[in-house]
Amino acid sequence: MRFHSILFDQFEGSVEVAELEEPSFFADLNLDQVLESMTTGRKEYDLKPFFYAPLHDVAAVKYRHEVLRDLEKHAVFESVRAFAQRMRRMREHLAQAEKLHYECQKERWFLDAVEIYCDAVRSLAGELAHLEVNSRGFQAFREYLSGYTESEGFTSLAAETQSLKEALAGVKYSVHIKGNRVRVSKYDEEPDYSAEVEKIFAKFKQGAVKSYRVKFPNWPDMNHVEARVLELVARLYPEVFGTLEKYCTHHRDYLDGAIGIFDREVQFYLAYLEYIERFETAGLPFCYPQMSAQSKNVRADGAFDLALANKLVSEGSSVVCNDFYLNDPERILAVTGPNQGGKTTFTRMFGQLHYLASLGLPVPASGARLFLPDQIFTHFEREEDVETLRGKLEDDLIRIHKILEEATGSSIIILNESFSSTTLRDALFLGTEVLNRIAELGSLCVCVTFVDELASLNEATVSMVGTVDPDNPAMRTFKIVRKPPQGLAYAIAIARKYGLTYETLKERVAR
Amino acid sequence: MKAFLMYRDQDFDLGRELPTNEGALTQDLGLNTLFEAMALGDEFLFDVVKKALLSSLTDPEEITYRQQALADCLEEPEIIRDIYRIAVEAIQGEKNIFLGLLKDSPDAILNRSLQVLQLFFDLLKRLRQIADEHAARFRSEAFTRFFAMLEKELDDKYLQTVEHHLKELQFHGGVQISARLGRGNKGANYVLRTPKQQSLMERLPFGNRSGYSFTIPDRDMSGLRAVDELRGRGLNPIANALAQSTDHILSFFTMLRSELAFYIGCLNLHSRLAEKDEPTCFPVPLVSGRDELSAQGLYDVSLSLNLEERVVGNDLGTDGKRLVMITGANQGGKSTFLRSVGLAQLMMQGGMFVPAESFRASVCNGIFTHYKREEDATMTSGKLDEELSRMSDIAAKITPNSILLCNESFASTNEREGSEIARQVVCALIEANVKIFFVTHLFDLAYGFYHERLDTALFLRAERQPDGRRTFRLVEGEPLPTSYGEDSYRRIFSVSSEDAPTTSDVRR
Repeated sequence: MRFHSILFDQFEGSVEVAELEEPSFFADLNLDQVLESMTTGRKEYDLKPFFYAPLHDVAAVKYRHEVLRDLEKHAVFESVRAFAQRMRRMREHLAQAEKLHYECQKERWFLDAVEIYCDAVRSLAGELAHLEVNSRGFQAFREYLSGYTESEGFTSLAAETQSLKEALAGVKYSVHIKGNRVRVSKYDEEPDYSAEVEKIFAKFKQGAVKSYRVKFPNWPDMNHVEARVLELVARLYPEVFGTLEKYCTHHRDYLDGAIGIFDREVQFYLAYLEYIERFETAGLPFCYPQMSAQSKNVRADGAFDLALANKLVSEGSSVVCNDFYLNDPERILAVTGPNQGGKTTFTRMFGQLHYLASLGLPVPASGARLFLPDQIFTHFEREEDVETLRGKLEDDLIRIHKILEEATGSSIIILNESFSSTTLRDALFLGTEVLNRIAELGSLCVCVTFVDELASLNEATVSMVGTVDPDNPAMRTFKIVRKPPQGLAYAIAIARKYGLTYETLKERVAR
Repeated sequence: MKAFLMYRDQDFDLGRELPTNEGALTQDLGLNTLFEAMALGDEFLFDVVKKALLSSLTDPEEITYRQQALADCLEEPEIIRDIYRIAVEAIQGEKNIFLGLLKDSPDAILNRSLQVLQLFFDLLKRLRQIADEHAARFRSEAFTRFFAMLEKELDDKYLQTVEHHLKELQFHGGVQISARLGRGNKGANYVLRTPKQQSLMERLPFGNRSGYSFTIPDRDMSGLRAVDELRGRGLNPIANALAQSTDHILSFFTMLRSELAFYIGCLNLHSRLAEKDEPTCFPVPLVSGRDELSAQGLYDVSLSLNLEERVVGNDLGTDGKRLVMITGANQGGKSTFLRSVGLAQLMMQGGMFVPAESFRASVCNGIFTHYKREEDATMTSGKLDEELSRMSDIAAKITPNSILLCNESFASTNEREGSEIARQVVCALIEANVKIFFVTHLFDLAYGFYHERLDTALFLRAERQPDGRRTFRLVEGEPLPTSYGEDSYRRIFSVSSEDAPTTSDVRR
């Protein structure tokens, strides 16, 4: 059976990933934080490029969904994770062997590495054989693995490794030290003197006392006296050490290529699944989105911003989830409402959901139907760059222009407080222009704005509003709901709280 | 090996937490005076007697165990002080043997341990000798067992074996270490092997040997260090075992010293009281729950220790009484009496003799004191709060069959309020089987109880003779509406009443 990748259903998919760099919208959507947190402790796999490579084909997404559903079974996940741990230990052993000076030592570290490898492969093959896996990816890999473990090459490697380990475990020797003279001989069953002496004083034993054992450093390398002793031990046991030397030369290239690739690629899934576990524990749901590359009738229920949730969950705070949907001909979500009300978080959530979906991963929502975009563009407010004399508005315009040049009807565009640096009149004018162009393109768009008029611009536009607690207007709910812009309602509520509404103030002044 | 001189079956734990009312008890009963008389300036003795007395025994048998041991000590004080000196010598000597510069080498640890063991076994041999010579003179279970234990555990054969190994452990013939191949084929599982008796042939440098050998040249410093380390790995467990053994033996001596220290303290106090001709006796501890407490010639030992002359003792019979209410003249010996009860009960439950001609009492679960406090005189409103809060702390800890000593409690408010609060507290507590000694000026309170004619209540009055002189004895009697503050007034202002002599010699 041919097996090439657990990540890509087509061979071509995997080819150009290696050179990819971070997409420009990553920082705006806080996906850089998400990725950093996900790949911590997995540097050796170099996983980031896989996360920079969105899929553009619904079938490719499906291939990953299948694999992930298999991995969501606890037993499968644990098997793969145990395999990965063993492979990691194997690499550590090989690295150690590289570093050491004495051959007898290098050889032993190499032998141990191979032992761990055999164990890793055999365990995984054995476990997968008894587990139910339904994905094309895992079925192909399982078949490959079972063929490999039954191959003559692998079985003899494992057998040789085993018998050599046993032979080495049987080596027992004595060192006699008197002054500066050291004698090495085979062990002759002399009794343990420490135990004997301990027994003599046992009658004084009271309670637990502190340990006087000196901690000796346990470096992997040896000093020249240890090396000399080992050399003499090798002379006492010439067959064992001779076999070890031959073994190392013979099995130099023991590691199977396809297994090596699987070991790396499967980490893409493990990293994500381990990362989202903390949210699921906190009661925040994930789901496999229904994906389409045609329909822009998207919706999500109970969705949240991963990067923010990561922070909140670790602080023990609760996370507010939001819903959205668009039905033809709706394409644009125009978000208005009080500052600090969760508008930016909402836009990030929208972007993250679509991007994670395009990676073939489950998304942070209880249910979702999403669009598979060709590209994602973001325009977030930026710190003013004093070096450029163009001014902020001009800079904004240049960036947006570039986005509109590149975007297609299959793109997603996220505009966050664009034109906030200008007058209402200008903002209305520019906003109208830009949104009309986007509506014309037919791209999906989220646009945060302080201009209420933009929320009812055309039939493609839907108004969403950040809400406040009706009893206490200073309290944000972080809920973004689908309703008309609230205009002055928020300002009046705040005024009432301080007794400054028209009626109240009149009464107070009248007295 | 355990000394078991304080308890039949457990060690005397110096680290044990003291009861949380320790501070109040020490202050109210004047315990530091007692401890100082027992310690004679020795901080360690002070600490031990304090711990021993404040962690009361509650089983009459345990008390008897100590009383008998103490009786032996009173018979043979010199032998007891000899044993104590041996324990002190062991502890001091161990402190003076230093580890040397290479603190983290098994070799250094081994060498020090050998020196300490040599010292300890010399002293253990001396203990054995004392046991050989004097054991027959001791009758108490504690000391009989202790000496028998020394004879058995430190018999000649054992002492010889130890001597042999202390020599063997010098490793004049080198060390033999077995090993296996560990991580990366480095040596592992180092185990020190019993030295073989070497033949003459083997002692020669190139004698008949199996295996291969090599010699580190003298100039190869790092090589010599490496050999030392290898040797250290082999010696590590035995160095540890020996060092731990020295710790164990040290803790035997430490325990011996702590347990004897209590008896040394008792000896000190006893000879001090004997010099003054103050009587002492071994009390009779009775099982708890019967409200028994009677004495003859019971006196306040703290007061006596502070005076040149003897003090007045009281006879007391409170068997079956749960409330003892004491009223009467100021300076009439009420506080002294209250203290003498608490001290005697505490000393009895520490296993000591008591300051009385005779004393018998049920053991109690705890002694609590609630005394009027002088501090905080400015905030009169806060004083009652403070009193109530202390009483509330006591209520949280007190259990049935405890003793509560109240001295002028709830006097910080007016009589009616104070009496009512006190009445409720007292009623609740005596119903909960707490025995209360209550010194009070609250006539309303005292008289109220007197009128109820409770079988379980006893009323004592500080005695005053018709001429106004106090006898410092308490007599049974109905509470009277006035205390004799007038007397105090006269004395302090040096105003004499018609028939009364000046009262500067009032204590005799």
